[in-house]
Amino acid sequence: MTVYVMCFILFLVGLYGVLTRRNLIKIVIGFSIMEFSCFLFLAMIGYIENGLAPILKEEMENPVYVDPLPQAMVLTAIVIGLATTAMLLAIAIRIYKKYGTFDIRKVNELKG
Amino acid sequence: MNGMTQIVKKVTQLMSGLIFMYGLYIITHGHLTPGGGFAGGAIVAGGFILLILAYGSKVLNLRKEETQTSITESVALLVIVMLALAGLFLGTYVFFNNYLPQGEIGQLISAGVIPIYNIFIGMEVAAALLTIFLGLVIYKEEVAS
Amino acid sequence: METLLSILIGFMIIGALYALHAKDLLSALIAQGIVGYGLVIAFLNLRAPDLAIVQIVVETITLIVMVAVVLNSSREEVKESWNRNKILNIVTSLVIVGFMAYIFAFMIQPLQPFGDHTMRMSQYYTQMGAESTGAANLVTGVLFDFRGYDTLGEATILFTAALGVVTILRAKPKKETES
Repeated sequence: MTVYVMCFILFLVGLYGVLTRRNLIKIVIGFSIMEFSCFLFLAMIGYIENGLAPILKEEMENPVYVDPLPQAMVLTAIVIGLATTAMLLAIAIRIYKKYGTFDIRKVNELKG
Repeated sequence: MNGMTQIVKKVTQLMSGLIFMYGLYIITHGHLTPGGGFAGGAIVAGGFILLILAYGSKVLNLRKEETQTSITESVALLVIVMLALAGLFLGTYVFFNNYLPQGEIGQLISAGVIPIYNIFIGMEVAAALLTIFLGLVIYKEEVAS
Repeated sequence: METLLSILIGFMIIGALYALHAKDLLSALIAQGIVGYGLVIAFLNLRAPDLAIVQIVVETITLIVMVAVVLNSSREEVKESWNRNKILNIVTSLVIVGFMAYIFAFMIQPLQPFGDHTMRMSQYYTQMGAESTGAANLVTGVLFDFRGYDTLGEATILFTAALGVVTILRAKPKKETES
């Protein structure tokens, strides 16, 4: 079960990046690392030792397939992660045009 | 942005046709081999992004392209909802039913209405990714000039 | 299989730690490519070819967009100062991280060991899935026939994200004609 604990450590590295970094691009990288660790954990739950990929062929009887249900969920989640990252980058471009820097300590005006 | 040198333009011209055909193959054989609508749509969008990067944005008329991709994406999503509603009236009283006849397993025309869903989902994903990329390029052109 | 996956995740953790501490933003983006492409090798070893195809193309498109954003703005890291508050912050966050990893090792005791999954919900999908839907690819059959609502929701999210990006990045609107 050490594989599960190492997957959780990857999630915590991403969380550390979001909480303590000051550059806006590093915060976006931290979000992306957190999402990747969730995909890996879901794909590892449904694995069966010496199983086959879930595609039907014709020549064997009683095959043992890995679980296809978590794979379908992760397939949807990967494309949603791309959409989220694109919107975060659009907001980062706007902040750079207005303030001239990516530092979040200098973004403190509430008007406009 | 400026385009690249002559060698890059010629190689891109030859490769982009092959990438487009490969993406279409993965979309239409989605129910027989690994792949499906999402993977094929992303590959088609990648082929078009390669063309825009190699030729630069001064050559193309980008406002018109963005209008076309926007319309394609909206029409594809509308057709998917219409197909799902048609299952309500043709089959049993269940939304999202699989109502066309299913042939034998392993042929190209089989599995009811699933290949038609694959094609329209692929169109929608490719158009959405292209709209996002064109939005960024147009913003850079307008602010820098 | 466990030792191979553990070494792979170890490389991904080292790459992620370097990406968050690099001085140059372009080096940080290339180090994020380690995490993304290492995930592709992990998916191929876990018998999931659909996920590997999607992850390769999506990771390449993300890296292209991020490099374009960084090269058109500043490339350097902001300046930090080493006062006593900063050391206290780092020590506190490391203590909390260690505590959470220790509690997680307790909470996964009821799970089955790795590679020994008992399929309670998916027995029907693997035995009768090919005859019910008629598709030879079981993941596509589950995604479009048994779980169709999730696919419809995902298409809606992608459409909304494209709409949002175009709205945020609109240039200055034309002012009303003033006298």
